[in-house]
Amino acid sequence: MSYRAASVQEQFDDASQQREASMLGMWAFLATEVLFFGVLIAAYTLCRVRFPEAFAAGSRRTDVVLGTLETAVLLASSCTVALAVRDLQLGGRRAAMWLLVATAALGATFLCIHGFEYVTEYREGLIPILHYAQDGPEAIPMQLFFFLYYVTTLFHGLHVTIGVVLLLVMAWRTRRGDFRPRYHTPVELSALYWHLVDIVWIFVFPLMYLVGRA
Amino acid sequence: MPGNEQAPNYLQVGTTLRSWLTTHDHKKIGILYALAITFFFFLGGAAAALIRLELATPAGDLMTAKTYNKMFTFHGVVMVWFFLIPSIPATLGNFLLPLMIGARDVAFPRLNLLSWYLYIGGGLFTVACLLMGGVDTGWTFYTPFSTMFSNSHVILAVVGVFIVGFSSILTGLNFIVTVHTMRTRGMTWFRLPLFVWSMYGVSLVMMLATPVLAMTLVLIAVERLGGVGIFDPALGGDPVLFQHFFWFYSHPAVYIMILPAMGVVSEVITASVRRRIFGYRFMVYSILGIAVVGFTVWGHHMFVAGQSMYASIVFSILSFIIAVPSAIKVFNWTATLYKGDITFRAPMIYALGFVGLFMVGGLTGLFLAATALDVNLTDTYFVVAHFHYIMVGGAVMAYLGGVHFWWPKITGRMYPESWARFAAIVMFFGFNLTFFPQFLLGAEGMPRRYHEYPAKYELLNVLSSAGASLLALAYLLPLGYLLWSLARGGKAPDNPWDARGLEWETSSPPPPGNFLVQPEVEGGPYAYEEP
Amino acid sequence: MSTLPQASTFAGRVDGMFYALLALSGVVVLGVFVAMIWFAVKYRHGTAANRKGNSHRDMGLELAWTLIPLLMFVGIFAWSVKLWIELRTPPADASTVYVVARQWMWKVQHPDGRREINTLHVPVGQPIRLVMISEDVIHSFYVPAFRIKQDVLPGRYTDQWFTATQPGTYDLFCAEFCGTDHSRMGGSVVVMNMADYQRWLRGESHDGLAAQGAALFRRFGCSGCHDPAAGVHAPDLDGLYGSTVPLADGTQVRADDRYIHDSIVLPLSQVAAGYPPVMPSYQGRIGEDDILALTAYIKSRGATQETPHAGQ
Repeated sequence: MSYRAASVQEQFDDASQQREASMLGMWAFLATEVLFFGVLIAAYTLCRVRFPEAFAAGSRRTDVVLGTLETAVLLASSCTVALAVRDLQLGGRRAAMWLLVATAALGATFLCIHGFEYVTEYREGLIPILHYAQDGPEAIPMQLFFFLYYVTTLFHGLHVTIGVVLLLVMAWRTRRGDFRPRYHTPVELSALYWHLVDIVWIFVFPLMYLVGRA
Repeated sequence: MPGNEQAPNYLQVGTTLRSWLTTHDHKKIGILYALAITFFFFLGGAAAALIRLELATPAGDLMTAKTYNKMFTFHGVVMVWFFLIPSIPATLGNFLLPLMIGARDVAFPRLNLLSWYLYIGGGLFTVACLLMGGVDTGWTFYTPFSTMFSNSHVILAVVGVFIVGFSSILTGLNFIVTVHTMRTRGMTWFRLPLFVWSMYGVSLVMMLATPVLAMTLVLIAVERLGGVGIFDPALGGDPVLFQHFFWFYSHPAVYIMILPAMGVVSEVITASVRRRIFGYRFMVYSILGIAVVGFTVWGHHMFVAGQSMYASIVFSILSFIIAVPSAIKVFNWTATLYKGDITFRAPMIYALGFVGLFMVGGLTGLFLAATALDVNLTDTYFVVAHFHYIMVGGAVMAYLGGVHFWWPKITGRMYPESWARFAAIVMFFGFNLTFFPQFLLGAEGMPRRYHEYPAKYELLNVLSSAGASLLALAYLLPLGYLLWSLARGGKAPDNPWDARGLEWETSSPPPPGNFLVQPEVEGGPYAYEEP
Repeated sequence: MSTLPQASTFAGRVDGMFYALLALSGVVVLGVFVAMIWFAVKYRHGTAANRKGNSHRDMGLELAWTLIPLLMFVGIFAWSVKLWIELRTPPADASTVYVVARQWMWKVQHPDGRREINTLHVPVGQPIRLVMISEDVIHSFYVPAFRIKQDVLPGRYTDQWFTATQPGTYDLFCAEFCGTDHSRMGGSVVVMNMADYQRWLRGESHDGLAAQGAALFRRFGCSGCHDPAAGVHAPDLDGLYGSTVPLADGTQVRADDRYIHDSIVLPLSQVAAGYPPVMPSYQGRIGEDDILALTAYIKSRGATQETPHAGQ
């Protein structure tokens, strides 16, 4: 029997097979995630074709400054997580840990800013179901915009929250010394996931915030 | 670890309830699924029996209309999501996939166990929904009825299906990664048994279609809870959009049910005929073709739903095209019989029954793919008969054929052959007596989901109900004699059918790690000695 | 379909195609069954049949049973599409009857104002176009004897058409599950000779649909703004129907049944250019059957041209 490292689970022959399986699994998972968001984006597209004016009007009611800030925060966090993986590959540990913590902190910042947006929108009566107090020509179909805006951003926010927890766990495991240049697949997978969260936002941001402002 | 005959098999390792409920062994997880889906099969079957009992007379005299509507909804939800979709992939697939590719387990055993718990969790919601009074929307949850008008427990049912959807996604993901990365030495892609190919195709569909359903169900639940949503016509939303999303999942879901059945039948036929499958590569390409084209035909459920005339034309031609790979498979199975050395044990009787019934189901699908005929036939009993030929005549027959075929491997016991043949034949006739009259009912214009019907449809309905009682009996038989065989069945040799395939090279039942010595593969599948 | 009457111009043609496809399927089933049974008997275990020289692949055979079905399917498809396009395209001389569905009844409005519930009277030989809408959930208007069916949607018109050929009374079913009494949401279509139909039409005195609409126009207060004499700056409805309306957002829309329906129910989604968006929504305040009457009234005040399609 060949040598089996402690970190190789029993169903695998060796570490490289395990790594290959984990990476493929993550990519497959990300493909399903794309389809989850795909439904929302398809629904958005079809509703917007029906009510272009209402969707533009709804989009103008979002806070583009905060939205841009959130985009910047997420992009920066993608950068820090990539640096963390790089540091682990090169045998680092302390820097990697702090980079992971920074990524999680940026994620939390994103959530805070978004929460602030929600509070403002609640005051303005823009939240369907909870508090929707709009009138004017586009008020009724504009509810469709805000319905989709909330479902999409909340679903995305859920992903960010999971990501923050995941990154903190990875930071803790890095500190504990679980990872080596040869074995740091969990961090790589978390980073892949975090990039997806980022990329989804890159689609959500223009659709929700920028459409009515062309 | 030297191999010897005394090595414990997987059933002898960890026999406590706790060890079963925390197992990572794909074989035990397969059995956990088998127990659960058997429960749901008989639950859904009981609902079906009540439906047929009600329809034995034209008047709605057995139950109220509301109860009847809940019955057929429950039958649909349970049979589709809690029996048919997990049936072959989660039981036989889980048990056999690693064995067939020479792996110790699936790639993610813990995820595999999690999938089972998700399945059970979803099932509990559905049972809770039933206990609290049920849901009356039909398994299709069409809006705006489900979101605004139904007074039943739509949310509970939707949550149940949502959770079970994750089970399906994770199983698909697990299988894809397993097939990609866990094949043993020498097991190249074109040496894979067709069952593995069918699992691969089905996993692609599960993984890529189910998220669409899950998200759509979230939208339904939010809309129902909040009273605002994109399917609400009062806001300018579009109820037909729901049907697009729903069928984008639910049509591929039909292939989740039928592709594994095709895989099982390919294994059973080759072993019973002692020949290699005819046209292996065409069989593989048709599996992949069905899996891919299956994503583009959903609109054929909506020819009269208000979609544009031109969209219907496009969906119609695509639906005809997807019939081609199915036809190829039927012809290749038939050609495999040529110059074979055929024995007719119970699995083979199921397999031949499958081919016949699937062909009838598939050909009647052409009637529904033809737009001009579909206008008349859709939403009538013709459709009901058509999809029962595919799902019950096809998927359930193949599932039972597979259970018998691999029963010695799974349990280490032989099933009683004469009883099994008898049950298979009764089932075949019971099935046809139940569902063939429904084709005629549909052609005569009887709409589906009717609690009461005009008296002119009575004769055919009585025939159908009579067939259903025969079918119910036939389904109880295997439950009885298979349980009996666990205690009294003869001990199974490692390879009772002298079949080819890695699963037959290990002991019956297999040891925990599947193989004492990791197998190597040197040739294609189905290498039977032929004259 | 043996006992199902063929009572429309489509019925015979749909059945012809049905039986042709049935015969074709029968040939395929028979062919495969005969081959299977023959092989099963000849090559069952223990027989002395010659089993030598079998092959496991044959490109010619595989291509044959790939391409021949494909070509057959394309043929059936072409046949079906030809018939389908006719089924979906009402002729210009079709007379329009309005259908409003609700849980669990069918309300029918004839152009002359006659209303029926769960019954539709039509003359033989006259193309009838049904313009349909639902007040609640999705229903489906299905007349097996005519071989026609079309879902009836809330918030949007759909249509279908037929020409009845045989006098008689035929089943009308709801074919889309719509709730508790779905199976009782039926009725009948009565096909009459022209003379009988004329007699039936005269049987009861009633106002025309447009006249009913005119009354509703005053009752709901529409005239308060839309009457030319009113002081409010609101679009003039004379000659509106069928014309092209420029909208406030710069786009244009044709004033068909759907536009008028949406303008009553969701007035602010399509505001006519040059008018303030002040019209309140009548969602839930005016029933679908009354909207049809109002539409007929607006049509009576001058129509630019008949619109061929309402829904699609």
